[in-house]
Amino acid sequence: MSEDISRTEPWHVLTQWTSARIAMGRVGSSLPTKAVMEFNADHALARDAVYASLDLAEMQEQFAQAGFTTLVARSRAQSRSEYLRRPDLGRSLDPVCAAELQLKNIEESGMLSVVVADGLSALAPRLHAAPLLKQLCEGLGHWKLDSVVLATQARVALGDEIGELRGAEAVLVLIGERPGLRSSDSLGAYLTYRPRVGRMDSERNCISNIRPVGLGYEQAAFRLKHLLERARILGATGVSLKDESDDLPALQ
Amino acid sequence: MAFSHTINGTTYRFEDLKTLLARATPARSGDNLAGIAAASEIERAAACFALADLPMKHFLNEAVIPYESDDVTRLIVDAHDAEAFQAISHLTVGQFREWLLDSQRTSEALASVSRGLMPEMVAAVSKLMRNQDLILAASRIRVITRFRSTIGLPGTMAVRLQPNHPTDDPRGILASVIDGVLYGCGDAVIGINPASDSVGSAIRLLQLIDDFRQRFEAPIQSCVLTHVTNTIEAIRQGAPVDLVFQSIAGSEKANASFGVTLSLLREAQEAALELARGTIGSDCMYFETGQGSALSAEANLGVDQQTCEARAYAVARAYRPLLVNTVVGFIGPEYLFDSKQIIRAGLEDHFCGKLLGLPMGCDICYTNHTEADQDDMDTLLTLLGVAGVNFIMGVPGADDIMLNYQSTSFHDALYIRKVLGLKRAPEFEAWLEAMQIVDVRGNFTFSRTTFERLLPAATEVSL
Repeated sequence: MSEDISRTEPWHVLTQWTSARIAMGRVGSSLPTKAVMEFNADHALARDAVYASLDLAEMQEQFAQAGFTTLVARSRAQSRSEYLRRPDLGRSLDPVCAAELQLKNIEESGMLSVVVADGLSALAPRLHAAPLLKQLCEGLGHWKLDSVVLATQARVALGDEIGELRGAEAVLVLIGERPGLRSSDSLGAYLTYRPRVGRMDSERNCISNIRPVGLGYEQAAFRLKHLLERARILGATGVSLKDESDDLPALQ
Repeated sequence: MAFSHTINGTTYRFEDLKTLLARATPARSGDNLAGIAAASEIERAAACFALADLPMKHFLNEAVIPYESDDVTRLIVDAHDAEAFQAISHLTVGQFREWLLDSQRTSEALASVSRGLMPEMVAAVSKLMRNQDLILAASRIRVITRFRSTIGLPGTMAVRLQPNHPTDDPRGILASVIDGVLYGCGDAVIGINPASDSVGSAIRLLQLIDDFRQRFEAPIQSCVLTHVTNTIEAIRQGAPVDLVFQSIAGSEKANASFGVTLSLLREAQEAALELARGTIGSDCMYFETGQGSALSAEANLGVDQQTCEARAYAVARAYRPLLVNTVVGFIGPEYLFDSKQIIRAGLEDHFCGKLLGLPMGCDICYTNHTEADQDDMDTLLTLLGVAGVNFIMGVPGADDIMLNYQSTSFHDALYIRKVLGLKRAPEFEAWLEAMQIVDVRGNFTFSRTTFERLLPAATEVSL
């Protein structure tokens, strides 16, 4: 394939601005062979990421080194296959874990609970959750950080139940996003004020694509702190809380 | 009212209309998840027999979600056109399938009953139709809409250019826009899914595409697919908003989970109409839907996901949209497990939307946790091309690097144009010619001038 019959597109220079698959060339209206094979290989990598599991021992060690205490939790989904077909099970805690996570003597303390979850890519929390959390902890102001809950076979809404059991004022779920072909390690951050079972998705704010080549840790932490501050003033997260952190001077 | 049918001595009973519809639906994971699917293939077959015998008039008397508790049902019932319904009011659902497939049925005949059809009627008949029936009936329906280009003309298919970037980088987005234009795409809309849901970010992206449009005098419309309240705020701040985008669903509760109400959509439409930015038309709404969205919000209320989807179209048609896009494979395997289910759902959605009078496009797509790949997208693209889909997505290399899923590419659009002889929107085709991107026969004919004009657009953008 050294002698491609497809031409290099004259606008190839534009590839410096994006990782999107632009200026791919064509033979007639079709893709060059190499592009087809690269796409298939990337799809294979993403498929593998979906089925990878979160190594809890390694995660506990990683968070301990970063100075965080951890707890573990799992949803009621027993396997990856069940997790994929039954999102309802992924949103609900295994009853054994629920008992363990129940915090006695809940005080009105302004606590933020953090749930680190595998979601659809265990690779994302393994690589990015601890560094993001370290950034977030600096200047968290009036928020008190709870132990980090490491959750497996988990969906975003699992955080509602966990946050409720912990008596948290807000819950932050850091979860592996559905892998893309060029981003099998994207971390999503979902913030829910006054978490309780039954919260709707419109009652959360989301920051996605957190990873060094996407939204960096520092920027993501900055946005999260802004959202936390506004959520407390507003007494809510979700569509009524607009993310205006783009317009703040620190990001310009 | 209960329904029943007997096969080989066993009688299958269905306690009400929504149960009958759910049991008659071709198998899909979402209805299993909801616990409303047929328990066996033979129960499904019995439900189809019972549904085929149901008079169309029955739908006027039994709502799948109560009128009193759901504003989508109220919209459906209150907007029903009894006069348009006359032509088919004597039929059963099974006879209605044959009425649709009869070779006498012209585009005009199908359009004339559209307002007399409730979405549940359309969903019901689709459950009795094979894939080829869905394609044949839909191929006879034309729904034409206009803003700065004309979308849906016979023999044409448009493409939404989707230049998403994971950090909304303006140069990255423009690089994908230019790539798409050079492959002849963008006649439906240049539509960006923003990574940030902030208003300021949406306004910057709107400005970016509008500057591009004006610089090259392109007959295109742009859209930033952000929440409707953000778009209303952007309009208030004077941003160049062409189209109002919103995801919608088929129940009041599901729409509430998206943070929208029918009156909010009306408010947004009126705000956009007031800007009067369309040159050849004023269809200014862009809706996205997808089977499973109501269930994912726990707002399906016992109704199967395909009927919920058709009900979302009843919402859409109240606002004269330019584009309605069923994002068929985006939602994941818990709703549409594999390519067989995605392909079926795509054809159902396209047929139901068209019959209800909507300018249906389809995001022919899948996620990486679904049992599907690009071969399956080729299949659905070809089928929808034959069915006369108004528009498809054009994503660089079919790989959306922001939303992390795979759709159709600029190359895919070229493929389907070639095999089916489909043209672009006429205004856009003429513009590509003027830009010396294609020749009079529609073949690519790049000149040095083309690149000298277009390429600097990405590098000169002010950040």
